[in-house]
Amino acid sequence: MTVSILIFLPVVAAVIVALLKNEVAKYAALFFSLAELVVAGIFLSRFVPDASTQFAIDVPWISRFGIYFAAGIDGISMILVLLTTVLVPLIILSTYKHEYKNASAFYALILFMQAGMLVVFTALDGFLFYVGWEAALIPIYFICALWGGENRIRITLKFFIYTFAGSLFMLIAIIYLYLQSPDKTYDLHQLYNLKLSAAHQSIVFWGFFVAFAIKMPLFPFHTWQPDTYTEAPTGGTMMLSGIMLKMGIYGVIRWLIPNAPIGFIHYQVLIIVLAVIGIVYASIIAFKQKDGKRLVAYSSIAHVGLIAAGIFAWNAQGLQGALIQMLNHGINVVGMFFIWDIISRRLNTRDISQLGGIAKVAPQFAIAFLIIVLGTVGLPLTNGFVGEFLLLNGVFQFSANHYHNLVLAVIAGTTIILGAVYMLRMYKNVMQGETNELTATFTDIHGSEKLVLIIICVLIIGLGVYPGPVMHLSEAAVDNLVKMLNTKLI
Amino acid sequence: MNTLIIISVLPIVLLYLGLYKATKALLPVTVIGLFAALGCAIASYSKPDVAQPIYHGMMLFNNFSVAFSAVTIIATILILMLSGGYFEKISRNVAEYYAIILFSLAGIIVMVSFNNLVMLFIGIEIMSVSLYILAGIKKSDFASNEAALKYFLMGAFSTGFLLFGITLIYGSSASFDLDVIRDWVVSHPHINPMFYTGIGLIIVGLCFKVGAAPFHFWTPDVYEGSPTLITAFMSTVVKTAGFAAFLRLFSACFAPLSDFWVPILLVITVLTLFIGNITALYQQSFKRMLAFSSISHAGYLLFAIVALGAGSANSVFIYATAYSIASIIAFGALILVQQQNGSDNFESFNGLAKKNPFLALVLTIAMLSLAGIPLTAGFIGKFFMFSGALAKYQVWLVIIAAVNAIISIFYYFRVIVAMYFRPVDRAEVTVPAYYKVVFVLSALATIIIGIYPDFIASFI
Repeated sequence: MTVSILIFLPVVAAVIVALLKNEVAKYAALFFSLAELVVAGIFLSRFVPDASTQFAIDVPWISRFGIYFAAGIDGISMILVLLTTVLVPLIILSTYKHEYKNASAFYALILFMQAGMLVVFTALDGFLFYVGWEAALIPIYFICALWGGENRIRITLKFFIYTFAGSLFMLIAIIYLYLQSPDKTYDLHQLYNLKLSAAHQSIVFWGFFVAFAIKMPLFPFHTWQPDTYTEAPTGGTMMLSGIMLKMGIYGVIRWLIPNAPIGFIHYQVLIIVLAVIGIVYASIIAFKQKDGKRLVAYSSIAHVGLIAAGIFAWNAQGLQGALIQMLNHGINVVGMFFIWDIISRRLNTRDISQLGGIAKVAPQFAIAFLIIVLGTVGLPLTNGFVGEFLLLNGVFQFSANHYHNLVLAVIAGTTIILGAVYMLRMYKNVMQGETNELTATFTDIHGSEKLVLIIICVLIIGLGVYPGPVMHLSEAAVDNLVKMLNTKLI
Repeated sequence: MNTLIIISVLPIVLLYLGLYKATKALLPVTVIGLFAALGCAIASYSKPDVAQPIYHGMMLFNNFSVAFSAVTIIATILILMLSGGYFEKISRNVAEYYAIILFSLAGIIVMVSFNNLVMLFIGIEIMSVSLYILAGIKKSDFASNEAALKYFLMGAFSTGFLLFGITLIYGSSASFDLDVIRDWVVSHPHINPMFYTGIGLIIVGLCFKVGAAPFHFWTPDVYEGSPTLITAFMSTVVKTAGFAAFLRLFSACFAPLSDFWVPILLVITVLTLFIGNITALYQQSFKRMLAFSSISHAGYLLFAIVALGAGSANSVFIYATAYSIASIIAFGALILVQQQNGSDNFESFNGLAKKNPFLALVLTIAMLSLAGIPLTAGFIGKFFMFSGALAKYQVWLVIIAAVNAIISIFYYFRVIVAMYFRPVDRAEVTVPAYYKVVFVLSALATIIIGIYPDFIASFI
């Protein structure tokens, strides 16, 4: 059993769904995404949490360039495979209340995008990684541009060009690595063993960095993100924020830092400074937002900034925290966007100042919303806490020897306070207070909405109370990666 | 060499068919004849390459020639299949169209298999003279006449440069034969300035033929003024042949002197990329956009010559194939849309996806391929070009090319945006059966090469 099943099942599913009638497309899409989840579950049950790559596939693809269709799962990939396969059915289910035109195309694109992202998370060949990276981009462009809001044409084109520009530079970096390798290979593990000079590593570093920083997005490459998140249909926003931005973070862990460690060390402080600026900047902007969806978009930049800081601190805690936080952020942000989707679908507005007192008319909705908010702000016993704690621990460890870096760590730590401020304030303004004319019409959640929110809440609390098993998955792989890099740097 | 003979005899047969008013038989006879020629070409393919020069060393029909004959013949077949009913509308002398296109193709076959500078010149002339006629074949149309005259004057001028260059090369090395010239270059450590001047003049002549900046000024007007199918022929088949000849000459003769001509071509490449792309951004007409984008593609194709190496021929082959099939889709769609509402502006594509989902889908695939998005043939072409250039440490060139690829997204996606995201009430465009076949074949080829390029990646 190899990872190819995991990759090609959604492709086949996408083709089938595209050929189906619009009325049945969503049921078929849910069925296939659940089948994919089952496959992922089988992989998980057979997975041995050591540092090795498992379920590997390695077949020649373009022999003239030494390109292989090489993919496999190790502890780090496993977490992201789980994230993808768990979130896609949830996202599909969360769109059930929408009536999309050409629904079969919509769901086919989502499934195709899932395949692209799974390629990214499992690829062990640079070329394959790039192809997956772009294969995930094309569907989301069409999803946003076909089913998005009013300004979608301009904004989605900006999004596409931004990310495409980044990925072209990554392509240059990948080809560059290939040409430096003695055996002319795109194989990740052989590229890890290259001994490049600092100058070469700088080129590789920046090539990858631009692509990943745009995808995450990291300040100052974030300008496409709030607009795109706001204009995209909610399903697309969830795909983007829940899963796709993790491609950037994953890329840093898997491709950027191990392939250009000296280049990375050279710019480490600069990048952490950028990440910390992003945290504070996005938090402040989030605080000022009137549009709920936009607020969540900015909060996402802040959270990703913290994850980035944790990774670039480069120690086991930070990395482990980043991995678990990727999973948590995915769950929380999907929940958050779903909350706003429910509100805007019921009341036709996302303007926080027009809302208030929804808790009184929709108690179940209020509980779910509260749990998601608490998870997002990282209250202990919710999933957000575990990740943020580890991330901050990692950043502090990095700064233990440098006084001025300590300042950075402290500022990064304020993210928890700032996050709590704007999130709880949003919750208060939307849910509490007096019910007005508009919000009095709010009906409580039911059916598929209830199911999605229950699953999300269970995940938030479950991972918060008992994160051990998930962390255990990646521990060995993370330790191994950090060790490998330390020997490479000496 | 039977390929060349078939393609030379075929147009004469067609002229007789025209004489006896057998218009219905023209297309089938042409297509069957071209398939026969294609078969002959592929039959002479051998791995490893054992081809020997023939006709007293004038021609060498090696795997390189097979590959480029095949791609030009196939592209010609696809273009001719789009011509069902097209030429009849603009002229009464239909047989002459087919005949002249095939004469031009005969010149192209010579261009991809020459082994002697004289044959190069003859091939280019056979091709060009046919094209001058084709550009002006809409006799009563002002733009078409302008295109023909412009093309002829500029073309004749550039042929002069080419011929002058060949003469200077002959003056230095005392031969037209590629092998002799190569031996002369290798055995003479100090090459005289006359030879270098010859190379420079040949570069000018060839850059004109492939439409590279700053010798590109004829392209937009000629492409716009010519009948759309002729434009398709010029920007795909002719361009491919031009690059094949360019590459063949430089890799056979001038490779050891790369220190001299690489800087020149580098400047030309960068200029071509920027001029093609930035001008394409400002076009309102889809046809003119394709003309400028073809200039920018010439820039990418020049990569293979700038980074001359063992893989160059394959890179040009794949890139030219990808570019040709995508362009044929684009021109085919343009003809249909133009026929429906008489305009070739971007606006005339508005809302096409709703009424013609199939047409919109294949055109989208073509645009993605031209833009170089993965899983299409265009990406594989760009990937090969970038790899080749990076292997020669042309990092800056590749970064410039990447910037240009980003610019090109704007205008290629404009069509996609118009088709899908700007809904307008419009009538359905009727897609004739022949067109459907061409579209399906081209789109499939684009995707198959994009996903699994291995089967043609080591063809040459």
